[in-house]
Amino acid sequence: MSMIEIKDVSKWYGSFQVLTDCTTSVEKGEVIVVCGPSGSGKSTLIKVVNALEPFQKGDIVVDGTHVNDPKTNLPKLRARVGMVFQNFELFPHLTITENLTLGQIKVLGRSKDEAVVRGLKYLDRVGLIEQKDKHPGQLSGGQQQRVAIARALSMDPICMLFDEPTSALDPEMVNEVLDVMVGLAKEGMTMMCVTHEMGFARKVANRVIFMDKGFIVEDATKEDFFGTPRSERAQQFLAKILHH
Amino acid sequence: MLGQFDFNVIERSWVYLFREGMTFTLTLTALAMTGGIVFGTLLAMMRLSSIKPLAWVAGVYVNLMRSIPLVLVIFWFYFLVPYIGAYIIGSSQPIKVGAFYSSVITFTLFEAAYYCEIMRAGIQSVSRGQVSAGYALGLDYWQVMGKVILPQAFRNMIPILLTQTIVLFQDTSLVYVLSITDFLGAASKVAQRDGRLVEMYLFAALVYFVICFGGSLLVKQLQKKVAIVR
Repeated sequence: MSMIEIKDVSKWYGSFQVLTDCTTSVEKGEVIVVCGPSGSGKSTLIKVVNALEPFQKGDIVVDGTHVNDPKTNLPKLRARVGMVFQNFELFPHLTITENLTLGQIKVLGRSKDEAVVRGLKYLDRVGLIEQKDKHPGQLSGGQQQRVAIARALSMDPICMLFDEPTSALDPEMVNEVLDVMVGLAKEGMTMMCVTHEMGFARKVANRVIFMDKGFIVEDATKEDFFGTPRSERAQQFLAKILHH
Repeated sequence: MLGQFDFNVIERSWVYLFREGMTFTLTLTALAMTGGIVFGTLLAMMRLSSIKPLAWVAGVYVNLMRSIPLVLVIFWFYFLVPYIGAYIIGSSQPIKVGAFYSSVITFTLFEAAYYCEIMRAGIQSVSRGQVSAGYALGLDYWQVMGKVILPQAFRNMIPILLTQTIVLFQDTSLVYVLSITDFLGAASKVAQRDGRLVEMYLFAALVYFVICFGGSLLVKQLQKKVAIVR
């Protein structure tokens, strides 16, 4: 059974269709990179996986749980799916440690001490242990994004969703975040990453999904995708982003 | 001209004015502020709710309260609450609420409409991404509100909430219509007993001015301190 199973998913904002019959799956331990031009629905595709965005048609199953089933306990499902946002979305009124422990305490019911130990373990892992008492606003963008990854990891997720994690960063901070992500991928974390970082895709992706106008245009191994993209749209896209 | 005035009346009465009157005024302000912010925050959450009937009810309430003069609301509650209370508990006699509780309830309900609009702006000032981040961690609606959104909304709005409280402090003087001895009521009683209306009302105005103006200066200072580092 796949970790994430997306079957014929369609989604509309009013009369505008953002996703059209999207079908794909992510196996345990796989790293999938989702790319495509802006407005292609790639962010929406990962946001429907943990039901941050509702969808009207189709089915999504995450580790055996049907996302659209009204009986599904969504908070419980979301707690098992880590998510990293383009704009970090750390909680600015809380310290870094409190950011790392809030979900663990409130959702997983861990004791404060246990949550702190776990949170700091991941904070150390992303190399920011000395920032633990600061507030998010005192950190650089790259540091905030690494904290956001640590926050997601401290919930012990079964898979991770990344929504353009480096798009809001200054160029010199992109690599520190990608390094953490590469490390995660190599450890076997199941990941779905919306990103334009093709270097990252080449390094760790198992498959690349290319989207355009709400359709999954290409769903191929990275060798096939970078070697011989089938669709003309993907070829154009690659030509544009790889040639500078 | 001032020679005809007898300012000794203030010296004779200020202990009474403050001990009786100001204590009441401050108590009423504090209770109505607390109740108003709590109820107002709930109203704001209702107004922003995706459940349409909730949003509608809160919207009607807020618009109603903001369109009726406070004096009328005070009157109506004073006369109606005993009957409504009797109806609720099934008593045949109107229940005794008393001027104090009646005014606390009135001001709480009335000010909640204003605090609601402030908190609504405050909640909307927090980015949608924060809501998503809260949900993505597995928090439920109340946890996202209580731990993520409201603390930030509150912090962003503290200066305006306090400014509204200064307005509330002035508004409490309207309880004179219920013959309650608030600060203005006390001043009024002394004024009429001693026939010193001008002196007492001047003094009352001065006290209100000093407290409110001082309060707004403090709010300005605080504004600089509470800004969240982003």
